[in-house]
Amino acid sequence: MHSFGYRLNGLLTFAVTILALMCAITSLSDNFNTPSPSAEIKIMNINWFQKQPQGHDEVSLTMNVSADLQSLFTWNTKQVFIFVAAEYETRKNSLNQVSLWDAIIPAKEHAKFWIHTSNKYRFVDQTGKMSADKIVLTGYSLPEEYR
Amino acid sequence: MDWQGQKLAEQIMQVMLLVFAVVSFGAGYVLGSFQMMMLVYAGGVTLTALITIPNWPFFNRHPLKWLDLSEAEKHPKPQVAVSSKKKSTKK
Repeated sequence: MHSFGYRLNGLLTFAVTILALMCAITSLSDNFNTPSPSAEIKIMNINWFQKQPQGHDEVSLTMNVSADLQSLFTWNTKQVFIFVAAEYETRKNSLNQVSLWDAIIPAKEHAKFWIHTSNKYRFVDQTGKMSADKIVLTGYSLPEEYR
Repeated sequence: MDWQGQKLAEQIMQVMLLVFAVVSFGAGYVLGSFQMMMLVYAGGVTLTALITIPNWPFFNRHPLKWLDLSEAEKHPKPQVAVSSKKKSTKK
């Protein structure tokens, strides 16, 4: 530790190593948080159900989504990505999942919301024999380090 | 810096960085803000750098006593055997 550069290098290396450890610990501290989100989706209207020229079915829906996701936000959460997926079964495929709408929630204040929207993405089924749906709301949260 | 000063500088650096790491983690956890933790830690690193890196006088409290020139001349330096090898490199 006998010269300026030598001490600077030593200090910076140690500081960055400790920083890495701190980030790892903050990541682990997320496990103490048990989230309890709640969400509800109501389909207001099926706008159309048509057959495309290739033989696919297309559906357009209007739905009310209301959710309270505030408990998902810990100090280590940068944003929460949620999407609405339609899960259904046809005679050809036993499980289909189609994403209809998604959003990014950047902060805890925006996590309790109600929105009336039509599906953002087209809902097309290739088998041409779609009959019944059940709508599921799923989400992922991105921790702070994924900036 | 002298030897004692170097040891002191290294100890101060390690202790201060660890203390600031703990303090910043606590502050961030309590306030619920990752940004706060990073800011406090960055401030701590800068403060530590200001204290340990420059050559402050308190690091030089046990200076090394170099030999006086008059004393040194009384004891001749040992002769080092120099073998002159001239390597001429031609490009």
